[in-house]
Amino acid sequence: MTSNEKSFGGAPVFRSSTATEGGSAPASRLVSSLAPPIDRSCGVPLLALFGGAALWLVIGSVLAMIASIKFHAAGFLADCPWLTYGRVQPAADNALLYGFCIPAALGVMLWIFARLSRAPLCLPFVPVVAANLWHLGVLVGLVGILGGDTTGFTWLEFPHGGSVLLFTAFLLIAISATATFGQRRERELFPSHWFLLAALLWFPWIYATGNLFLVAWPVRGVVQAAIDFWFANNLLFVWLGLAGLGTSFYFLPKFAGRRLQSHYLVLFAFWTLILFGTWNGIPAGAPLPAWMPALSAGAGSLTIIPVLAVLAIMWKTLRGSAHSEPAGGPFCFIRFGLAAFVLSSLMLIAMACPQISRVTEFTWFGPAQTQLQFYGFFAMTMFGAIYYLLPSAAGLEWPFPKLARVHFWISMLGILLLVVPLAIGGVVQGLKWADPGVAPVDVAKATLPFLRASTTGLLFLLLGNLLFALNIFGLTLVWKLALLKKVLAIVKAPLETGSASASIRRDKEVKA
Amino acid sequence: MKNGALVFLAVFVALGLSWCGFVLAPTRQLGGAKQTTVLNSSDLYPLGRPGEANLGLQVYRANGCAACHTEQVRQTGVACDVVITDAGAKEGAVLAALKRIRAKSLKNEDRIDNLLPNSKVPRMPVWDVSKQVADAAIEALTAAGAKAEIHIVAMGPDIARGWAMRQSVAEDFLYDYPVQPGNLRAGPDLANIGVRDPDANWQLVHLYAPASEVKGSTMPPFRYLFTVRKIGGTPSPDALLFPKGFGPPAGCEVVPKPEAKELAAYLLSLRANVPLYSAPFTP
Repeated sequence: MTSNEKSFGGAPVFRSSTATEGGSAPASRLVSSLAPPIDRSCGVPLLALFGGAALWLVIGSVLAMIASIKFHAAGFLADCPWLTYGRVQPAADNALLYGFCIPAALGVMLWIFARLSRAPLCLPFVPVVAANLWHLGVLVGLVGILGGDTTGFTWLEFPHGGSVLLFTAFLLIAISATATFGQRRERELFPSHWFLLAALLWFPWIYATGNLFLVAWPVRGVVQAAIDFWFANNLLFVWLGLAGLGTSFYFLPKFAGRRLQSHYLVLFAFWTLILFGTWNGIPAGAPLPAWMPALSAGAGSLTIIPVLAVLAIMWKTLRGSAHSEPAGGPFCFIRFGLAAFVLSSLMLIAMACPQISRVTEFTWFGPAQTQLQFYGFFAMTMFGAIYYLLPSAAGLEWPFPKLARVHFWISMLGILLLVVPLAIGGVVQGLKWADPGVAPVDVAKATLPFLRASTTGLLFLLLGNLLFALNIFGLTLVWKLALLKKVLAIVKAPLETGSASASIRRDKEVKA
Repeated sequence: MKNGALVFLAVFVALGLSWCGFVLAPTRQLGGAKQTTVLNSSDLYPLGRPGEANLGLQVYRANGCAACHTEQVRQTGVACDVVITDAGAKEGAVLAALKRIRAKSLKNEDRIDNLLPNSKVPRMPVWDVSKQVADAAIEALTAAGAKAEIHIVAMGPDIARGWAMRQSVAEDFLYDYPVQPGNLRAGPDLANIGVRDPDANWQLVHLYAPASEVKGSTMPPFRYLFTVRKIGGTPSPDALLFPKGFGPPAGCEVVPKPEAKELAAYLLSLRANVPLYSAPFTP
């Protein structure tokens, strides 16, 4: 088994071998002449996926801000049913998870599959259609939640219309990714392959289960809660873990300049993650038959194994690596993401322990863990990957490269200011709920300073996300302008000779 | 790992195991659950919510009440109290038996008890003990000629708060769709709110202006579920009755929209307070 880096370390290999389309590129910021064709084959699908993702990221941040401000003034926007806390808060979470995290991961996955296969993306128009379907589904879902049409199940709030679109879009992207995987030049599978293929398999499975058993043909009574617990854990911990670690393990060796340490440890982390991680999520106090929380708590303590394995992989791969990247670049994002994965997983494992969950269950400690998983681990990993890969995929430079570095620092600050107060506030809240002498209103009041502090974190995250969106939108704009110029050039070009029409056909291929 | 098909199969099985465990198994175990009987009674439980309360559950869902409120009470265990119902003819023997029981097993002997009427025998001489200790006490007391019984009490901070008499169990949610267990207690638990605050007007006023009923409440007001209007010829029978110092300007009344009435009906229907085999207690 070779590592990723051994086979794909050299972008120059691609660049030197691709002198096609040399003369046709206009003398703008288009650098299509330099971009490798494998990367370029992903360009349009990735722009479609990331553009919408950046938009939902900003919208989600704004919704989260609105929800958080309600802890400063309970009456804030309270007279508008669309913006009541119970609708804005799930909408914000769903915008972040379904709007940003998953489509961003799908885009990164397509690119990694193409790279690892050393072949251009198969059926590149399919993910473009899928990206639009996906973002339409998120729009339908968010409007549904805000309009009061939520299903009422945690992390499955999107009504029918939205979830069907998401499911279809995911399958389309999985088809393109699998076809690209099938074209690979080497039989051997890379570590990223295992994680990402499992992610491609697992999302349709859990999403279909959740929607069929809870929304389409609902099961009876408390079984709904059991399936929702299972779904939430498998999406938030296992799926995000698979997709995020698959991405990290692709980039880690690239940035560290050495192989993943070691192949067998990665294999071990993978199998223990899917064997133990999938059984988490049933809280100790749930009104379910006692064997379910007990089994889940057992699995929770075993989940420490893959988490420690990831920590060991990270430490052994990065220790003494000669990489020197300026602070705030893609490498920093990926490294921060891995560290946050370990930390948020430890929080999850702690919450699975019955002694600890007596205090932390039903408190802000849970949202703190979820936000660390979303922003700290997953979004940061995706930011790093996107900052790294989109320029070569789109054949354009970032319009504001300095803002990307600012984005790193501002996000890191935002995550700290969001997660730390929520986690401490959650413990304080849990201890107060455990004391029957403290009135409910006093428990709520005791959490307010922490919730208000976390608003600052959300504000920094909003700023950071705006910077990210600015770069993505700027790059998309430049790309569209270049496309427009090209189309205009084709329209204006004389059409007499056969060689001219041949060049038009070639130009059209470039666009596609 | 060169054999893609084999790896795929293994991944499929590894992931599918949890599906079998946490989706298939509970569906088989509880998917066909039916009503059960209340402990020591032939009454069926649960009876299903009235129509208006069922509509109210949809209002609860649509407005995301579960974002801040749980409907699951936890308990840490159960304990037994021994209650003497009749001291019998030989009070001296009973008191002597009690002395022996307490000397053997009780740490909290300094609790002052109600005495039985016209007697020196305490009503509840032994409390917060295990089933074994309680059984031994009953045996000794019966031998001394008294009549006594065991009361089962659920323990834990949620119970001590007075949120419910017992933990929430699967039966409580049998007819609900969607089940709204919640996962955050930004506010109090509601599993039993219909017993704690059974006044519909209180619930409606609290929804309209939370701070008027609970000083310093952090709950957002749900004024959009109500209409404020000028009082016409005859005031509406549904108009809310506010505590002093709150309420609409003079000449106006606050009338709940149908959604508000349904939501209040749902809240009042949350009464998980009967003893069950799976969650016993003595009412």
